[in-house]
Amino acid sequence: MDKKIPNGAEVIIQSLIREGVEYVFGYPGGAAIPLFDALVDHPQIKLVLVRHEQGATHMADGYARATGKPGVVLVTSGPGATNTVTGILTAQMDSSPIIVLCGQTISPMLGKDAFQEADVTGITYPVVKHSFLVKSANELPRVMKETFHIATTGRPGPVLLDLPKDVTSSPCTAPFVDSVDLPGYEIPGVPEQASLAKAAECLSRSRRPVLMVGHGAVIAGAGKAITQLAEKLQAPVVTTLLGKGAVSEDHALHLGMVGMHGTAYANKAVMNCDLIFAIGSRWDDRIVGKLAEFCPTATRMHLDIDPAEFGKIIQPDVCMTGDARRGIEALLPQVEKLDTAEWVKQCGAWRKQYPLRYGKQGGLKAQHVLEEMDRIARGKAIVTTDVGQHQMWAAQFCRSTFNRSWISSGGAGTMGFGFPAAIGAQLGCPDKPVWAVVGDGGFQMTLCELATAALQKTPVKILIINNNYLGMVRQWQELFFDNRYSGVDMVGNPDFVKLAEAYGVKAFRIRRPGDVRRVLKQAAEYNDGPCLIDAEVVKEDNVFPMVPAGAGFKDMLIERPKQKMAKPTGST
Amino acid sequence: MNMPSHTISVLVRNKPGVLVRVALVFARRGYNIDSLVVSPVLDSEFSRMTITCTGDPSTLDQIIKQLFKLIDVVRAIDHTGQSVIEKEIALIKVRCPAESRTGILQIAEHFRGTTVDFGHESLILQIAGGSDKIDHVLGLLQPFGIVDLVRTGKILMARGADKT
Repeated sequence: MDKKIPNGAEVIIQSLIREGVEYVFGYPGGAAIPLFDALVDHPQIKLVLVRHEQGATHMADGYARATGKPGVVLVTSGPGATNTVTGILTAQMDSSPIIVLCGQTISPMLGKDAFQEADVTGITYPVVKHSFLVKSANELPRVMKETFHIATTGRPGPVLLDLPKDVTSSPCTAPFVDSVDLPGYEIPGVPEQASLAKAAECLSRSRRPVLMVGHGAVIAGAGKAITQLAEKLQAPVVTTLLGKGAVSEDHALHLGMVGMHGTAYANKAVMNCDLIFAIGSRWDDRIVGKLAEFCPTATRMHLDIDPAEFGKIIQPDVCMTGDARRGIEALLPQVEKLDTAEWVKQCGAWRKQYPLRYGKQGGLKAQHVLEEMDRIARGKAIVTTDVGQHQMWAAQFCRSTFNRSWISSGGAGTMGFGFPAAIGAQLGCPDKPVWAVVGDGGFQMTLCELATAALQKTPVKILIINNNYLGMVRQWQELFFDNRYSGVDMVGNPDFVKLAEAYGVKAFRIRRPGDVRRVLKQAAEYNDGPCLIDAEVVKEDNVFPMVPAGAGFKDMLIERPKQKMAKPTGST
Repeated sequence: MNMPSHTISVLVRNKPGVLVRVALVFARRGYNIDSLVVSPVLDSEFSRMTITCTGDPSTLDQIIKQLFKLIDVVRAIDHTGQSVIEKEIALIKVRCPAESRTGILQIAEHFRGTTVDFGHESLILQIAGGSDKIDHVLGLLQPFGIVDLVRTGKILMARGADKT
């Protein structure tokens, strides 16, 4: 072979360089060896060697969410590739641009049950934005260009490449390309003026408007425009779980998170508004609750880059197809200040009447730990979370003040996401502190990445809200299933401090409320690699407010109900 | 429960896997595909899928949008209720003892069918036309004993300037 002709693997790595990729999160295997071999010649791409492929996907996802740039995963065929499926689903549900390069058996052996063969293209069809099974090395320059284009534009999402070893090993004579050939792919930009005019007209009639800000606003960087819109209209703002950070939660018009565990005042505002304007949100079932009771009389306006979201859950009165930032910027000059003084006052009254609160007595409370963490981290740090009670408490008590400062698995609700996502976020944003708020359950699903964090010396702060329970399921069993606890007791948990030390990771423990501030400060100041804080909180505590799954907002529980509750009708 | 029938045409890139991606959109939402015809269009880079399906109409709008979201789908149009030309071909194998041959052939002639195979025990009729016409012929042939049936599935084309 002529040495000047690069092979497929070399072209893939060169494409990554051309796209500005800094990190590849990977784990090798037989079918991926040519790709790992090509990495040796290009040290400008740093390989982050993970301990499990799922961790690689969450790291790439965390990197992507923190920076807005695509995260790249490199794994081998068969089990290496199937281990990425959870991470791909997580990225797909939350519109995160990750690119998953999977080695594959040589193409003549496809479909013949070769060693470590899995039909990973087939397995992942339902959870990718797009995928390519590459059959010839000469397709690679175009496929790589299209992969990055598809993953990062429009509504972002995961793209998977299935790369047979003979393709990555054989010479590629095709040149790099700068254009794509995708006749079925359109990227919405500014919404049509007719839809904006209709939106402006609806707004002009509103006296009790609410802006509901979702992840699309974060992705589009629409926060500044939305803040201007809220101020100009004098309209209160609520966010979804993933919309946190687009508009600073310190803003006077911000009412916090809406939905199942949203603030009571945000939910009251949505219940009583005469107009709700969803900006880059897909009306998730944990927001809407009982469909028939969700803002039945309010005008519903919806701005989204994905027109398939219009009418999927909620039938809007006004649909605007486009990028959240460009849409709001185009709408801004078309609206006037509204007469909302009464309404803003009312929302403020609800805020005073139903503040977020928790019992300060009776042991160490998760909310106390998170409130103190927020005091240290607010305005500076990126917070990632896992999934469960700690996630909801963090969403309530950590006030996200800047874009891309809140990273959480929303749609998929993937336990094990928070810690590896924090590693990715830290690599992408080395100048910002990164806190991973995790539970004792979820952390154990991906804790093997302690080795990765230690090796990379990423100064991630892992804050374990440790109640020795799968707390959210336990909460449901307590409230709705007569205290019949089943499969929630985390008996057998390790000593997390000793565990961290076994990986050479600095660790702290918090047992008493009096220790919280001092220990968290110590952890915040520790920057010589990762550290872990095991906060041993009270075992049985519940997240309130809570709108039971499938119920309407009027059935919101502000505190623990005295009477027995019926089983929820909603799915989750 | 009786669900209405819809006909959708989908213009796709001629790429491996595109059929699976399209089928998954239907399957996940509980839509039953009754017939599916895939064939190349003039430009060999693209293919046309003509899909007849039954299901809840409110879900159909979502299915069309989800189809359009697929990168390899160029357009997806629901032709239900639109003025279109619809055709289908059926091959029908009918039992044909001497005493029933005349009756069978009269039906074939009336519906402009052709006899494409003639044996001692059975013959094969080819019938082309709208799907309802074929359904009707099948009803008429039923008493003679239908041995086997193959239908191509419906194809359609929009009239005039309308796109298919």
